[in-house]
Amino acid sequence: MNRFSCPAPLPQRETVVMGHGSGGVLSAELLREVILPAFSNPLLDRMEDQAIFESPGRRLAFTTDSFVVKPLFFPGGDIGSLAVHGTVNDLAMGGAEPRYLSVSLILEEGLAISDLRRIVRSMGAAARACGAAIVTGDTKVVERGSGDGVFINTAGIGVARDGARMSASAARPGDAVIVSGPLGDHGVAILTQREGLELESAVESDSAPLHTLVRDMLDVTTEIHCLRDPTRGGLASTLNEIAGQSGVGIVLEEGSIRVRDGVRGACELLGLDPLYVANEGKLAAVVPAELADRVVEAMRAHPLGREAAVVGAVVDRDRGRVLMRTAYGTTRVVGMLAGDQLPRIC
Amino acid sequence: MKHLDEYRDARLVRITAGEIRGLVTRPWVLMEVCGGQTHTIMRYGLPDLLPPEVEFVHGPGCPVCVTALETMDRAMAMAARPGVIFACYGDMMRVPGSRLDLFRVKAAGGDIRIVYSPMDALKLARDNPHREVVFFGVGFETTAPANAMAAHAARRDGVGNFSMLASHVLVPPAVRAILGAEGNRVQGLIAPGHVCTVMGYREYEELSAEYGIPIVVAGFEPLDLLAATLMLARQLEQGQARLENQYSRSVTRDGNAAARRLMDEVFETADRKWRGIGRLPLSGLRMRGSYDEQNAEVRFETAVEAVEEPSECISAMVLRGRAKPTDCPAFGGRCTPRNPMGAPMVSTEGACAAYYHFRRTESEGEL
Repeated sequence: MNRFSCPAPLPQRETVVMGHGSGGVLSAELLREVILPAFSNPLLDRMEDQAIFESPGRRLAFTTDSFVVKPLFFPGGDIGSLAVHGTVNDLAMGGAEPRYLSVSLILEEGLAISDLRRIVRSMGAAARACGAAIVTGDTKVVERGSGDGVFINTAGIGVARDGARMSASAARPGDAVIVSGPLGDHGVAILTQREGLELESAVESDSAPLHTLVRDMLDVTTEIHCLRDPTRGGLASTLNEIAGQSGVGIVLEEGSIRVRDGVRGACELLGLDPLYVANEGKLAAVVPAELADRVVEAMRAHPLGREAAVVGAVVDRDRGRVLMRTAYGTTRVVGMLAGDQLPRIC
Repeated sequence: MKHLDEYRDARLVRITAGEIRGLVTRPWVLMEVCGGQTHTIMRYGLPDLLPPEVEFVHGPGCPVCVTALETMDRAMAMAARPGVIFACYGDMMRVPGSRLDLFRVKAAGGDIRIVYSPMDALKLARDNPHREVVFFGVGFETTAPANAMAAHAARRDGVGNFSMLASHVLVPPAVRAILGAEGNRVQGLIAPGHVCTVMGYREYEELSAEYGIPIVVAGFEPLDLLAATLMLARQLEQGQARLENQYSRSVTRDGNAAARRLMDEVFETADRKWRGIGRLPLSGLRMRGSYDEQNAEVRFETAVEAVEEPSECISAMVLRGRAKPTDCPAFGGRCTPRNPMGAPMVSTEGACAAYYHFRRTESEGEL
């Protein structure tokens, strides 16, 4: 009956339109038909402005991250699963297990609803696999040209493990540096997809949630000094931050750092250094040397740590710097990047 | 990885370095011309393996570094024009012009795209028929054939919205400027393998005879450079001065004739101003008159003022091999890759940036 005097917008099922961000009928429809089914759980289904939950006497971890990756879908993942894993991993690096996530979607007018559905389903599946519930969220729509398909912000709350006190300023001379696997998969997967490069062996993103790997490590010892996931800027940037904040030097052994052949090949082609390429399912840990073997052993028993290895040591000289001992016995500095790594001319 | 690992083999590297140590009796100053070779030398810490008598100075072989300020200013003026898609290689983005860099022009609204090949830029032109696509064609003889191919294909296929801002430079005139300069210290030259893949090495035979110094054409892997160093040291110790080709898996005496024909069709030699060195006669390539339609400088009027280079920057000395990057008072302090004063600090191939990224450690007494 209302239609007669006040027509509702035309039914729109194929692409995102500005009206999907209006807060009106279309917004409700998008929520009800596309987004909520992907995340459904009792806290969210109450549909309040916030989620309220109990936390009796626990140490909580809280973090947020935004995701603007292009392309939205890439080998080994998509922006949705990445948005869950990224925040889960930020919690995990504090020794926390993820419990509750928020999701903010900024959609660009014209985005195919089928793509949005695929993304939120991937987010829902990733969150459930992590044992986390998406309990609150928001959706906005921006005009075509003001976004890039979809931007996602996630925030997460996790319960921190008793006794875990990791910090980037806690590395001590004599500690061992451990990396959980080969480097550069995510960055190269994105780059080859974005640039349409065809490689002999397709490289997949390593996007994965690391909290259970961390749990297994903390089961060995809570004496892990530093724990970081080397995302943007790669392992080199992460270790430079640790060296700087801890006031120590770090010496890497080139021969013990693993890089898959496909990643190496792409990096050779593009003039990039895998040490600076992003990972989304790897961690770097600094642990007392006498515990290193046991921690590595526990990591290798976990599917995400099969290729874990000690790659270097913390030293009492060259403070604030990361050095690499090459296969030839020479030494070079592994510095911080000024900006993005730029592909070289020739 | 096949075709790479065998040239990085640690055992062979140690053996070759040992041979050099066993051979050298006097100090020798060697120059590697190409920035890619500088990069390898620094990245693998090769000077650590060599006897102290062997000194490497780093030549002018980074095309990003030697692109003149005025050319950068002209590129930015074109990139800022409404309707233009400006396509360039990634490491040109951060090269400072007289006031700006391409990153800042992009942030201010310029449509600038990083491409990996001039053919990508040509594809941009085909895909955006209502936009003008300008490709920034820089580089030595190595990149010239591919750039020539893009201009050639644009003309052949009638892609009317593609043009190129060409600023190519040639290696032999720069080598002459260095070897012929008063107070030249360079006694042996490692010639650029990729340039010679295109051009062959006849020009370098002439240079070797002209200046009476040994020249070895070399590749870009650690073992290539050590083998070339060994060949140079052997000649120097024996008082010889001839051309040798270490990079025979890629380089022949006559080079790639088809590539050179294409270059010759599109480009002609011209005087060129080099950043840090100045104007050198017939040291560059410009597009021929028959390619005016593909020549961005002809298509777009861009007035650019002549500009002075920062007086503190000693890149002129570095690019000529007269000073090490670490001799510069601004190095690492006022001049860093984040805030480069001169071009050799910009590109990863630049001598100053290579030193900055891979410089020796305090524990080894340097820096």
